[in-house]
Amino acid sequence: MSNRRLLWPALALVALLLLNLVFTPSFFALRLQDGHLFGSLVDILRNGAPTLLIALGMTLVIATRGIDLSVGAVAAIAGAVACTHIADGGGPVTAMALALVLCAVLGLWNGFLVSVVGIQPIIATLVLMTAGRGIAMLLTEGQIVTIDDDVYRQVGAGFLVLPIAILISLAVLGGVALATRRTALGMLVESVGVNPEASRLAGVRARTIIWTVYVFVALCAGVAGLMISSNVSAADANNAGLWIELDAILAVVIGGTSLAGGRYSLTGTLLGAVIIQTLTTTVYTIGVPPEVTLVFKAVVVIIVCLLQAPRVAPALRRAPAPPKAEQEVEEVAVR
Amino acid sequence: MLKKITIALSAVALAALAACGEGGSGGAAAGDDGTITIGFAQVGAESGWRTANTKSIQEAAEAAGIELKFSDAQQRQENQIRAIRSYVQQRVDVIAFSPVVETGWDTVLLEAKRANIPVILTDRAVDSDDTSLYETFLGSDFVEEGRKAGEWLVENATGPQKVVELQGTTGAAPAIDRKEGFEEVIASRPDIEIVASQTGDFTRSGGKQVMEAFLRSTPDIDVVYAHNDDMGLGAIEAIKAAGKVPGKDIKIITVDAVKAGMEALAAGEINFIVECNPLLGEQLMELAKKVVAGEEVPERVVTEETTFTQEEAKAALPDRQY
Repeated sequence: MSNRRLLWPALALVALLLLNLVFTPSFFALRLQDGHLFGSLVDILRNGAPTLLIALGMTLVIATRGIDLSVGAVAAIAGAVACTHIADGGGPVTAMALALVLCAVLGLWNGFLVSVVGIQPIIATLVLMTAGRGIAMLLTEGQIVTIDDDVYRQVGAGFLVLPIAILISLAVLGGVALATRRTALGMLVESVGVNPEASRLAGVRARTIIWTVYVFVALCAGVAGLMISSNVSAADANNAGLWIELDAILAVVIGGTSLAGGRYSLTGTLLGAVIIQTLTTTVYTIGVPPEVTLVFKAVVVIIVCLLQAPRVAPALRRAPAPPKAEQEVEEVAVR
Repeated sequence: MLKKITIALSAVALAALAACGEGGSGGAAAGDDGTITIGFAQVGAESGWRTANTKSIQEAAEAAGIELKFSDAQQRQENQIRAIRSYVQQRVDVIAFSPVVETGWDTVLLEAKRANIPVILTDRAVDSDDTSLYETFLGSDFVEEGRKAGEWLVENATGPQKVVELQGTTGAAPAIDRKEGFEEVIASRPDIEIVASQTGDFTRSGGKQVMEAFLRSTPDIDVVYAHNDDMGLGAIEAIKAAGKVPGKDIKIITVDAVKAGMEALAAGEINFIVECNPLLGEQLMELAKKVVAGEEVPERVVTEETTFTQEEAKAALPDRQY
């Protein structure tokens, strides 16, 4: 993955941070409080952790030329399962385990539809995107389930110097990087994305790989759902993870991974997820009026995407670069 | 091109005429078998308030022997419009709905009007010049709620106050009106100033995230004014995480008075709650019966509401239904 392509998103991130610094001079200030770091940058990381986690799973799915729209619904289900279990007197650990097992089953379902039945990923996962929220609503009976459990609260709001949520996400990032970059797995994923049939003929088990990435993204969504509900100690079936699938896809695209499958960049995804959360926090701190928030976000996203576009980027570098035909930059509406 | 438009327009006009005819007979048929059917398009289940509202309507319909067709729009206008259209097609006797946002309803309401189906707005108003599009609006006076919140602050504020506001969903009637009423009252006190105002989408996590950002960007916040309890509860989490004491270091005023909010009020973490009564099911059923019977109904029916201080919350909490 060319590092040059990540230059523009990185610059965009720096520009956003500097913009904050202009409006809020104390933006970069970090202080230790009750033994953990505290400040705007920490908030960005903590609130961005669920998006990052889902975007990581989404990167692998997109690399296989797939997409998973159901992650938001799966996140809502995870929160709903865990919170209702705790509200019924269950322990937090079993609650989280239950939620993740269910998410894995949901991932198996998505993977089954895509890899075995052969339904187009966008439609196959749309099923669960629509039905999933209904399942979450059934679990919570349409109520916001509020709980009070110190162990459960740690996942989304806890700290070990740094927020536990971001530590989890970074650990997963490290794990994925090791598993896909230090072994052949990453190459196999990419080959399935470039040409599933050719990969199969070459002896790659395309079906197993596709199935695996859908289970993985569902697990990521599950953990993200636990973070989201743990952050406010409540399961909100209606709003938890709402539109997070679009944020995750956007993070992947900003990170330079093509929606057409094939090569992917984990660093890019990390950058993309941080940009999206910084954008949201920027809107709050510099006081963009709520009426124009969406326009502000859209403008930033379109600038970042334009800077990366195959026809614009070389012109900006003022040096002829080989055209990269496989790169399509898609603008996904940011919430 | 012009020709095409003309053809299209006349087709629409014809369809509308046909719809009028059918609507008349449909209404009569429903009257014959005696039961009234209401199509209700709910906003969603975005807060505890909303679920209490839904429950009240469902229970009141059952008690009144009215058939209720219920749909949940998940906070999206297009879903609600679709639901209303399907009620028009199903020829229900009355359509009731709580509009997600204030504007953009004229077309679909005109369709209902042409089908001779009366429309009752509940809880939230629409912003339209044509008041003939709906029979009546049953709900709270959000501007008054904003005023009540502002009055408490004006009475209890000693010295200058820096206020941050957590707005509801951008464009929603309660968000616009609660802001307006509050600003109107605090305008009498130049030392009370709203220093930051952002939307938290009426959700707990929205309230928490916005409040976190406010705590970093705006030093010395004295008061949080949240347009609903859930955002206030999110703000409490953020304030606690910042090492401050909600209710003491930073005062919190919210609107709604749902159970979780009242508990926080009784526990001293919220300072004042303006009630917004969701239990309007019975009133809605009464109005629906009158409308179907062809009786005159007032254009505006306001639900009964009160306010709660911390002491009042402790007394009221055991008897709260929601």
